[in-house]
Amino acid sequence: GPDPLITELQDWTSYTGVGVDETPYGMPISFESHVVRRNVEWLTASPISSINFTPIHALEGTITPQGCAFERHHSGAIELAKPDYRLMINGLVDQPLVFTYDDLERFPRENHVYFCECAANTGMEWAGAQLNGVQFTHGMIHNMEYTGVPLRILLNEAGADMSADKWVYVEGADASSNGRSIPMEKALDDVLVAFKANGEALRMEHGYPVRLVVPGWEGNMWVKWLRRIEVTDMAVESREETSKYTDVLEDGTARKWTWEMDAKSVITSPSPQMPIKHGAGPLVISGLAWSGHGKIARVDVSKDGGITWETARLGKQGDTKALTRFYLDMEWDGAPMLLQSRAMDDTGYVQPTKEQLREKRGENSVYHNNCIQTWYVNSQGIAENVEVS
Amino acid sequence: GGVDTLETQIGQVSATTTAATLVAGGTPAEPAPQIDKRYGLGRAAHPEEIAAWDVDILPDGRGLPEGSGDVWTGEEVYVDYCASCHGDFAEGVDNWPVLAGGFDTLGNKDPVKTVGSYWPYLSTVWDYVHRSMPFGAAGTLTVDETYAIVAYLLYSNDMVDDDFVLSRETFTDVQMHNADGFVVDDRAEAEYAEWRAEPCMENCKDTVEITMRSVFLVETPPEGGSNSVMNPAKVEGLPSFTAEGPSFIPVAAPKAAEAPAPETAEVAAASDGDALLEHGEKVFRKCSACHAVGDGARNKVGPHLNGIMGRTMGSVEGFKYSDGFADANAEGKVWTTEEMVAFLAKPKSYMKGTKMVFAGLKKDEDLEAITAYLASFSE
Repeated sequence: GPDPLITELQDWTSYTGVGVDETPYGMPISFESHVVRRNVEWLTASPISSINFTPIHALEGTITPQGCAFERHHSGAIELAKPDYRLMINGLVDQPLVFTYDDLERFPRENHVYFCECAANTGMEWAGAQLNGVQFTHGMIHNMEYTGVPLRILLNEAGADMSADKWVYVEGADASSNGRSIPMEKALDDVLVAFKANGEALRMEHGYPVRLVVPGWEGNMWVKWLRRIEVTDMAVESREETSKYTDVLEDGTARKWTWEMDAKSVITSPSPQMPIKHGAGPLVISGLAWSGHGKIARVDVSKDGGITWETARLGKQGDTKALTRFYLDMEWDGAPMLLQSRAMDDTGYVQPTKEQLREKRGENSVYHNNCIQTWYVNSQGIAENVEVS
Repeated sequence: GGVDTLETQIGQVSATTTAATLVAGGTPAEPAPQIDKRYGLGRAAHPEEIAAWDVDILPDGRGLPEGSGDVWTGEEVYVDYCASCHGDFAEGVDNWPVLAGGFDTLGNKDPVKTVGSYWPYLSTVWDYVHRSMPFGAAGTLTVDETYAIVAYLLYSNDMVDDDFVLSRETFTDVQMHNADGFVVDDRAEAEYAEWRAEPCMENCKDTVEITMRSVFLVETPPEGGSNSVMNPAKVEGLPSFTAEGPSFIPVAAPKAAEAPAPETAEVAAASDGDALLEHGEKVFRKCSACHAVGDGARNKVGPHLNGIMGRTMGSVEGFKYSDGFADANAEGKVWTTEEMVAFLAKPKSYMKGTKMVFAGLKKDEDLEAITAYLASFSE
């Protein structure tokens, strides 16, 4: 019969709504309150040194709103006010300098969209299909438009030794004093000292007032609350670049300095948190692809676990070191599917299967798992994280 | 009216903007900022400032301050500052890191990566303990305490004898077990060279079986966080796949015609007092075009509603009531919860001739919430 939502006068059509300034800084409407970052408590010893996950299953397009972009802290997120902010450049420089926040805003700035992925994203899957949800398997990623000063401008300002064998050690102001060594070539290439994301100030949890942006490289290097930049003649080999963020191989040796995030993709819908609710008929398969080496050139999708592949449609042409949205618009006949996606970047690199990765690295690497993900979608439209032969 | 004025103003503003754009029109994006220019920003760092912040230690020991610490002093300091998380014997408590042992486990499943079994540089241990530990009081250990703790950690990992004293001088004597255990990223040769090839598109495999299902199902409660529970499902009974499709269809998919009707939004039931008032505030939006309540509320199209519950009907000063409410006032009728619920459910039936243009609230939870909300404002 006729839909009362159409035939009857509805409250929202009759009564006035909320006035302006009801919430001077707006929040999402209550109906979307489930779209939030979520953690998995047992993963870490304390929420102060922990991680949560971006709800990528429920987002579209490519830009991640700051309020639901994953958080990773080693000693908690700190409140550091702009007037209290200092940035030091020292080491192999002509003149060690100290900048205030206001100083940074007087250097020429650039805007770029980049993804930031934790090296541990998908790390649990080395041991097989673990958590049932793309938020949990692939949610240690976000993608924002950053505004900042190219690091090379600040290095130049201090008269840094920029020869190719030098390093730039970057350090945060929080209690973890997270520090990472970046080779000079990268420091001069595309690293940004950023103070805005998606047009507004960084959030506390993302390093307000200033963080480093290291495009395409693992998130741990994107030092938050950046307080010091030191030019050195060797890598510092800090805790986060030796005991952590190194990749143990099958024979017990480990790879270090594995900075780049290799090409990767995942279908965000349908997925375990996004079952097909509409039955057979037109179905939009939607997913994300990215590469730390450059642009996404192509994404293929398989519905049968990798027997047959078809090339997906890119939402728009890939941006370098940024998320790319892909779609496969299909008619679903209601038969079960094994959904996979496979990204290729503009270096020709093809996202590997779990099997290929394990063959090279064993199962103990923790970090840098960029395997092809499989969702089993049953005929009811329910999706599950599985592994296939 | 106000809207017309606003539109005119916006029109003027856009005309100005368009003109400005035309003047600047055709300007290409600026080239990237020059690198070889100095801007004269910032100030020279004082030596004391550099000394305060530049405390990192390089692998060859550069940066280590004067000082020393022995194993037994280290044990005492360790028990005071470190053992609550890392255990008395550096074995780790709960999920906190294990600091000792784990030798010869790096090639096993779940390798135990400790200072002894994994860390390649002693400088890292000293640097991290000194700058980042204890967790929650980083930077409070003295130089000598740091030397002592590190000496104890080396002893716990059988790397030095119990009479060892760590200092800048003895630092280079220590051999880390896993010093040669690392190779510089070789993915370019080991992986990329092989994986940069046109991928298979058809008949890439004969059959695909599901070999493993998700170990954990994850519940995502509305209040945030997550609860993971073991997934009892087995791989048996699932279809396998070939180029022809799945081997069988376990349960037929609902046809589009049988699919459940689209859901309509439900208002969450109020569970406690705060939620009830919050919900009442939302319901009151239906009233707010005509009625005010709260601080400074005045009569609008309808009377203000401060203190309405328990008050005589039709009694707000300065408001011109309909005859019905004037009569109710004369009779001394009072706004009780029951009266208010009856009125707001069907205003026109409750009070013939009321000027209030309101169809009424259909839902009991809305009626309960609005009366509770109104009752929360006194005169």
